[in-house]
Amino acid sequence: MKINYRLVRSPAPAWFSAIIPLLAIVVTFLITSVFIIIAGANPFEAYYYFLISPLTSKIGILEVLVKSTPLILTGAAVTIAFASGYWNIGAEGQLYAGAVAAAWLGTTLIGVPQPAAILIMLLGGFIAGMLWALIPAILKVKLSVDEVVTTLLMNYVALFFVSALLNGPWRDPVSNWPQSPDILASTMMPKLFPPSRLHFGFIVGVLAVVTIWFILSRTGLGMRMRSVGMGQEAARFMGVKIGRTMFITALISGGIAGLAGVTEVAGIHFHLIDAISPGYGYTGIIAATLGNLNPFGSMAASLFLGLISTGSQAVSRSLGVPTFLGDVVQATLLLVTLAMFLLRNYTLRKVE
Amino acid sequence: MDAVQMVGITKQFGPLIANNKVDFELKKGEVHALLGENGAGKTTLMRVLYGLYKPDSGEIRVNEKPVQIYSPKDAIANGIGMVSQHFTLVPTLTVAENVVLGFNPGMRLNPNLVNKFVDDAAKKFGIEIKSSTLVRHLSVGERQRVEILKALYRNISVLIMDEPTAVLVPQEVDVLFATLNRLRESGLSVIFISHKLNEVMTISDRITVLRDGKCIGTVNKNDTNERALARMMVGRDTFGVQRDSEPCSGKPLLKVQNVSAMDKKGLLALKDVSLEVCEGEILGVAGVSGNGQAELAGVLSGTLKPETGNILLGELDLIGLDPQSISKAGVGRIPEDRHTGVVGDMTVAENLALERLDDFLKKGILDRKKIKDHAEAMIKEYQIKATPSIQTRKLSGGNMQKVILARALYTQPRMIIAAQPTRGLDIGATEYVRNKLIEQRDRGAAVLLISEDLEEVRSLSDRIAVIYEGRIVGILNCNEATDEVLGLMMSGAKEVVNEN
Amino acid sequence: MEIILFIQNLLAATLRVATPLMFGTMGELFAERSGVLNLGIEGTMFLGAFVGFTVASFTGSLWLGVLAALFAGGLAGLLMSFFAVRLGVNQHVSGLGITLLLVSLSLFFFRIIFGENQLPPKIEPFPQMTFLEGVPFLGPILAQYALTYIAILLVPLVWWILFRTNFGLDIRAVGENPEAADAAGVNVYRTRHIALAIGGGLMAVGGAFLTLAQLGSFTFGIIAGRGWVCIALIIFANWQPQRVLWGALLFGGIFALQLRLQTTGLKLPYEAFLALPYIVTIIALAITGRKATGPAAVLKPYKRE
Repeated sequence: MKINYRLVRSPAPAWFSAIIPLLAIVVTFLITSVFIIIAGANPFEAYYYFLISPLTSKIGILEVLVKSTPLILTGAAVTIAFASGYWNIGAEGQLYAGAVAAAWLGTTLIGVPQPAAILIMLLGGFIAGMLWALIPAILKVKLSVDEVVTTLLMNYVALFFVSALLNGPWRDPVSNWPQSPDILASTMMPKLFPPSRLHFGFIVGVLAVVTIWFILSRTGLGMRMRSVGMGQEAARFMGVKIGRTMFITALISGGIAGLAGVTEVAGIHFHLIDAISPGYGYTGIIAATLGNLNPFGSMAASLFLGLISTGSQAVSRSLGVPTFLGDVVQATLLLVTLAMFLLRNYTLRKVE
Repeated sequence: MDAVQMVGITKQFGPLIANNKVDFELKKGEVHALLGENGAGKTTLMRVLYGLYKPDSGEIRVNEKPVQIYSPKDAIANGIGMVSQHFTLVPTLTVAENVVLGFNPGMRLNPNLVNKFVDDAAKKFGIEIKSSTLVRHLSVGERQRVEILKALYRNISVLIMDEPTAVLVPQEVDVLFATLNRLRESGLSVIFISHKLNEVMTISDRITVLRDGKCIGTVNKNDTNERALARMMVGRDTFGVQRDSEPCSGKPLLKVQNVSAMDKKGLLALKDVSLEVCEGEILGVAGVSGNGQAELAGVLSGTLKPETGNILLGELDLIGLDPQSISKAGVGRIPEDRHTGVVGDMTVAENLALERLDDFLKKGILDRKKIKDHAEAMIKEYQIKATPSIQTRKLSGGNMQKVILARALYTQPRMIIAAQPTRGLDIGATEYVRNKLIEQRDRGAAVLLISEDLEEVRSLSDRIAVIYEGRIVGILNCNEATDEVLGLMMSGAKEVVNEN
Repeated sequence: MEIILFIQNLLAATLRVATPLMFGTMGELFAERSGVLNLGIEGTMFLGAFVGFTVASFTGSLWLGVLAALFAGGLAGLLMSFFAVRLGVNQHVSGLGITLLLVSLSLFFFRIIFGENQLPPKIEPFPQMTFLEGVPFLGPILAQYALTYIAILLVPLVWWILFRTNFGLDIRAVGENPEAADAAGVNVYRTRHIALAIGGGLMAVGGAFLTLAQLGSFTFGIIAGRGWVCIALIIFANWQPQRVLWGALLFGGIFALQLRLQTTGLKLPYEAFLALPYIVTIIALAITGRKATGPAAVLKPYKRE
């Protein structure tokens, strides 16, 4: 007696939907095993270094949190944007704007006590990020210009702007390297558990996630944002002002991405450099998508991506595999997860 | 010889029997009209013939040989073509490109060859169209003729036209009929689906009437008249309460004055519409779908801006107001398509609160208890089979409509606009919605009911307006509005001039 | 005399800079005309640059490098098509994901193959074709790479494919109204798959041009956002092959101009000039973006009822 199964278009059972992320991780690692083998290493060893090794020591775990900090922020920024239907791909540029603000404020807040200084840094970074998001937002709301391309292009303008600063007026006079002068000690983020690098920025990240969650699920503004993202036509019928809502979303998103820039300057590097972000803005998009546009899901995804990031350095050190493998894994995970989310719409049914 | 025979066709969709053992035959070289109201089963029958639906039982014969038609490709192979109400044309391509799309042999697309062929075919059938024109620049009538050319290019001998005049102005109708006559002369057979009596009487040789899925009969044009056809189309006993109330005993609350509006395609869909709705009455707007009802609802809801005219609610002019302001002015709106009236992925409670969100906020923060309590109260009052936290798209059609009702009515609006409120609902939900509307009327609200269901309009309304091709062709008191008169008005055959 | 030299130089550089933009934009044109926004363009160009360079390095043949890039780009296009057309997932996110994947894969394999050197490996790039050198005034301008000539020839070629073949007709129909095309018997999925594959191949060749002709080496910043400029260029060109050339030349001209402006002593940091093309692109979008209507079916995955 043969029982056939058919894939039927009907919502999948809840237990299945819950394990989809796990399935995606497994499939991702299967696929990336191929690359690991090509690089001449053993996949199982590699996964050990990727996922387990960083978690085996306290220092390792704290380092994962360090690496996750900017991702938590950019992930949150992208989450609130995407949840409202605003495709903010410009988190990278907005991050740099915040970093510039932090680097500048960090050298000018002389005499300001540390708690106030840090607060001002964060505020300044938020505003800078908001300003960087302003032009694409206005173009979208007033002229209906697609925000995907404009936010992307602004990323490159930001990079050039930073480069101009670092090679020009902000070049370190002492070493002559393209890095800004060090910020004041009073503006540096305090370390949470010395000697680990983990700094106050992590707390900022968590607070940002909680704030996003609060806005989206507990405020009128957030409800309007979600309605625009989930059903623009119905939202319009019910009287929601679409343009205004998107505009506010774009600015908040930019501001939070700007905070990521502040945490990197004030928490890790203590000055501005060209390479302050190896693509955190884009990885934030991965985090938001993996987290299914849920603030806490996005945070969990950011932590996981931070783990992979940390692990990739361990993999490189121990097995000689290029660190880019970490980026490959993250990108593969994104695509696999995208595909697997579709499975939420199907169930297996028994067919006689 | 019969070009096409359909014998004993039955087609069921769940509990709805769309075609009930229908027999239909088409003689070669005739224009045969398929007449009936909305939901009579005409389109279903033809979709079976064209291979879009598979009948549950019955047989199709082409040139007296039984055939299996499982897809439009099969239909075309058997020489049957269909021009449906929704044109399948690509606006940015030329006429010729649209005609040959998917049916041009080889790799190359030689515009000269293709244009010449299409021009020749057009000339042969007297269709005035230039093959190199972009479809985007064509009028609706011209686009329809491109659809006919498409079918002719595929060598069909039977042409089905589904409500072809629904989108045409009178002059274009004349051109279409001339074209159909020429097609008939060259040996083609035409099936003409319609609900418009005068046109059917003009163009057809024979007429088959369907009602509630059954074939009522087939007559020769010369043996019948519009009155008789109307009776066949609509003829059922009127049930529902005969209202004795005085027409418009309250004050006029809503005054629509000379409103004209365009539809999404840029055509004039409302032409100088004027009507009034009094407090404490239900004004029903009857008409076959596609005659401007959607645009009327849109204009009154604030989602469509009219070209001319005024809409006064008491002293307030509603024109130019956004949906939220109209709602706050005391207008409860029930949209035509409930799926774009709620945000499906949001919960029932959220959808109930969203329209008047400010009432549920405390300094910008959601008062979740208030939202939940409100939702529970609405669920109880409107008997919605749902919990506050369930996603709205998971609700049945009837319950979704109840959510929309609750949202529209809980603020005790003085004006209610209800567009197709019971479309697609089961009997229980339908009864519920109708009773709610009567309740509101008795409360003193002014209710404008737009519905394609004639029975519904008749049993609920105090006065009935009939809309045809974007114009109000008459407003009657309920005791004057017999089925016959309404049928004639809805088909454009009669107009009642009021002193209102 | 100085002015003439400057103009000749500028025009020649314009053509050079416009070449990868031409390939990239034409590639994206195939995708968007068929109804898919392919944000994988940046990654595909990067992949093309890498594959072209690597294959040329190992085989000694530059043209084999170009061919390999073409092939790799085709596969990249099919990958995008798998997600956007077959699965029907969100095109913004899948496109970005593919860009991230292709870039990181290219970097990964570059490290593995070429190891970690201080100096980037070099190859002998394409020579410029100087057979027209003798022509007065135009001579130096026409001394371009073969790929540049090919890029210009793309205009009539792509136009012919789109407007004079049945396949092109299918693409245009599918990008505007897939329901109508489906009803007419066109295979919507297959048409889009092929269009994306062709597009991906073109994009990759655009990337290969940079490593094989212009630079002769592969650096991490080789594409530097040109893919996104192509996306903007399509809007600017109103999705017409002829106008793509003018758009590419205009932006190529600005790129080329800014390099020359740097030496004129204008007291702006050179990054301001580098940023200029991107800023101009944003302004161009602001001006044209509003009225720009692309193929109506872009971003909407097609599912048959």
